[in-house]
This record gives sequence, structure tokens and C-alpha cells, in this order.
Amino acid sequence: MSRNVSQTRVTLVTIAAWTVGFLIFFPILWTILMSFKTEGDAIKTPIEMLTSSWTLESYHEVQERSDYFRHFWNSVVISLGSTLVALIIAIPAAWSMAFVPGKRTKDLLMWMLSTKMMPAVGVLVPMYLMFRDFGLLDSRLGLVGVLTLINLPIVVWMLYTYFKEIPGEILEAARMDGASLRSEILYVLTPMAVPGIASTMLLNVILAWNEAFWTLQLTTSKAAPLTQFIASYSSPEGLFYAKLSAASTMAIAPILILGWFSQKQLVRGLTFGAVK
Amino acid sequence: MATAQSRTAARLMVSPAVILLFLWMIVPLGMTIYFSFLRYNLLNPGMETFAGFDNYYYFLTNAAFWDALGNTLTLVLGVLAITVIGGVLLALLLDQPFRGQGIVRVMVIAPFFVMPTVSALVWKNMFMNPVNGMFAHIAKFFGLQPFDFLAHAPLASIILIVAWQWLPFATLILLTALQSLDREQQEAAEMDGAGALSRFWYLTVPHLTRSITVVVLIQTIFLLSVFAEILVTTNGGPGTASTNIPYLVYAQSLLAFDVGGGSAGGIVAVILANIVAFFLMRMIGKNLEA
Repeated sequence: MSRNVSQTRVTLVTIAAWTVGFLIFFPILWTILMSFKTEGDAIKTPIEMLTSSWTLESYHEVQERSDYFRHFWNSVVISLGSTLVALIIAIPAAWSMAFVPGKRTKDLLMWMLSTKMMPAVGVLVPMYLMFRDFGLLDSRLGLVGVLTLINLPIVVWMLYTYFKEIPGEILEAARMDGASLRSEILYVLTPMAVPGIASTMLLNVILAWNEAFWTLQLTTSKAAPLTQFIASYSSPEGLFYAKLSAASTMAIAPILILGWFSQKQLVRGLTFGAVK
Repeated sequence: MATAQSRTAARLMVSPAVILLFLWMIVPLGMTIYFSFLRYNLLNPGMETFAGFDNYYYFLTNAAFWDALGNTLTLVLGVLAITVIGGVLLALLLDQPFRGQGIVRVMVIAPFFVMPTVSALVWKNMFMNPVNGMFAHIAKFFGLQPFDFLAHAPLASIILIVAWQWLPFATLILLTALQSLDREQQEAAEMDGAGALSRFWYLTVPHLTRSITVVVLIQTIFLLSVFAEILVTTNGGPGTASTNIPYLVYAQSLLAFDVGGGSAGGIVAVILANIVAFFLMRMIGKNLEA
């Protein structure tokens, strides 16, 4: 009908969307650009900064002065460790709730969710004291434990919503064919459940990687993950913009990449299946 | 259908998760309640005495608590207003056909994946710093006096930083909801002569209401416990200008070593969060039935 009008409209929307997207992304882009500058150039006016020469100096310095890779490794161990432990506990639970639902399954799920509503400060003091008394302060083991418990309700819920979508008839057919419970789980359910488990894992690694209450409260240096490492830049000495940018870029890059793959799961996981 | 054997197996499989979460909920919370009735300072260990409701009395009558409560509410409501209104507008924009949808989506969602300490420090130094920040450079370019955001408008600055982190979340969820909108219904309304505005008001808005409720409730849970952003930008200051309840509890228990007072504050925070949680649970419970 009016092809020209709709073409104009597409162009206008394209311009508007790209402008807004660029503005929202700009702080991240700017940080990445600044990380390739010298400290002297980083504090110049934006145009002078952009036109100055590029260097990897800040990356070298961040690694040498504050041992970035140790913190990176702590983040990897803590986020992956807590996700894996949570999965080991949650998979059987979600499986049984999805396939052998009882009268109280719904209440149980709601109760699990309600543990997530407890604000962390409510238990800060006893957690801190228990960690101190058991020698867990500044240990990766302690953080893996806490983050497992924090994310467990989300893991159970996400897995439950995925498992729910596996048709029950397939299980009954397998049973009729004489499959035992063990082979039913191993050969029928597992292959169908793998995508859901992978998505759950991805989202929870992201959440654990960025967790910034317990990681800040319960670590100081030895077990400090990247959240704590970056927080140490809050009281800097001397010129530090380029180094802060380099450290920030390295801290967010792995998760930005993972995150872009998990947009859909993010919606589902964070709304507990209420929006799909 | 399910045999007795599989039912027993199911119960066994669900129990580790239930037991762990039960302990996680009951042990530390029980200890917090216990501590909140003690006169207990980490500097004088072994001197704990029963304090009755004194800790609650001092915590609730302290001017800092009311400041923190006000700041907490301002922070939650401010961020909610920005992210919900911005999120609806952005979702409506991104729902239109345009070139490069995938790339724009990736750019818009990115801030959500930035860890809180990074986003707070990037905004604090690279943008809001009154000497070398981007905003100061822009102000100087136009011959204006640079504004010291975190010193003169600390809470508003923190709201801006937190809103930047949560806008992608709201946008993404509202966009997902918009995409499940019934196109045929829209077309039918259009054919019947409904204008763009009335289609938005009578079809889109009611469709989005549920998602907006979900966004509001989930964000509220997270926003009630904003901590890292305050720790690395203002340390709650100047004075108590940007102290919220989590930061106040942290300061009282781990900076002032007042375990009793901090615990009382923690319980107050739990009660506040429960009021919100009550509504959230009802909402999600309804969806579960549908």
C-alpha cells in the first residue's frame, strides 16, 4: 500500500534504536577504549583521549601489580563450583517434583522460592561469626557453600520449569516397554533434559560471578574473586583510570560473552517461569 | 500412576535440597534473632548480656535508621520509576522492525552482565568525577562549572547507576511480553478503526500489566538489598545521605562491631522484605496455577 512510508518508518526506528542502544552501551565501550590508553592520556578530554596512541601497558601493570589471574581463578572456582554443587542437589529434586508430583509439591516450590526473599543483611552477623569460628573467612570453600545455597532455589525452579515441559507420555511408554527407573533416567530423560540443565548452569554461573554481597563481606584477599578485586580500586592512589578500565574489562568480558548467549534463559530464570 | 516405590524415591531425591534450604533459613536467622536480644560487642567478647528489646529500641529511634529507611525507599522507587517507564518505551521501540536488531539487543542487555562493583566504579570515576569525568569534560566544553555528583547528589547518582544496571532487565522482560502479543487481535482492532493510541491503551497496556508487576516485584527484592554500589562509591555518605538499610546494618555490625544492634537491624530488614515478598509470592503462585 504505502511502501515508502513504511521504509521511512523503518529508517527512523533504526536510527532511534541504534542511538538508544549506543547510549546504554556507551559506559562499557568507553571503559574498554580507555583500557588501551596510558594513564596520562586516559584523563585528557574525550577527543584527545580517543586520538592518542593505543597500548597494552595497563593490562601488564594490572596483572603484575595485583595478580589479576589469581582473582580470575577464584571467580571461576567459586561461580562454577557453586553452580555444580547446586545442580547436583537440584537435579534430583526438580526431577522428582516434575515427574512424581505430590499434594505438597506446589507448596514446597513456593517455600523454596521464599528462602530467596530473605535479605542477605538479615543473616550477615551470624554468617560472619560462623565463618570466623570455622576458619572459613576468606576461603573459596566457604563462598562456594554460601553461593550454592543462595542460588539453589533459582536452580530448582528453572530446572523444574524445563523438566515440566518434557512430555510424561514418553516416560510411560518407556515404562511400558519395561525400562527400569534407572534406565528411564539415563536413556530417556537425560538427553531431553540436557538443554535445560545447560541453560540453568549458564544463568547461575553469571549470577554467581556477579554476586557482590557475600563475596565482598566474606573475603579479603586470598580467596577474593573479581568483585572484591575491583572494589579494591575504590580508594586508589595516583593515576589509575587506565588500570581500572583494564581490570574492569577483564572482569566483565567473560560474563558479557556468556550473557549474550543466555538472554532467553535470563528472562525465564529471573522471573521464575512467570514470563517466558 | 506413580508407584509406591517411585514415590519413595522421589521423596529421597527432594530431601537434600529441602533439608539444606531449611537449615540455611532457620540456623542463621535464628542466630540473628538471638543476637538481636543481646548486648554483644565484638570488641568485648564474652561479655554478652540479655538486653531485651533495647537493641530494637536504639536501632529504631536512631535518626540514622529513619534516614536509611527514607533512602532505601527513595532508591527503590526511583530506580523502579526509571526502569519501568524507560523499559516500556524501550521495549516498544525495539519491538518495531528495524535494521540490526540483534546487535542493538546485545548493546541494550549488556549493562545487566556488568558486576556491580565495576559499574559503580566506572560511573564514579570515568563519568561522575568532577575533574576528569566525562560529564565534567562536557560541562567545561560548554563553559559550565562541573558538578560533583557523588558529593552533592549522592543518592540521585546511585539511583542513576543502579537504574542503568536494571533497565536492561526490565526492557528484556517487557520485550519478551510484547512479542507474545496477539498480532491478529491487533490487526482486527486496526481494521475496526482503532487508532494507534487506543490500540496501545486497550490492548498493549493490559497485556503488559502482568509483566510490569513481575518486573516491579523482582526488582524490589534486589533493590532492597543494594550494597556494593554504595560501598564503592560513597560509603553511605556524606553523613547518612546515601546510607540504605543494608549498608546501615553492615556499618553497625562489622564497622562498629555492635553485633546486637546490627542483628536487630537485620531483623527489621527481614520484616520489610517480607512485606514485599508476600505480594510477590501470591503473584507467582497464581501464575503457577495457570
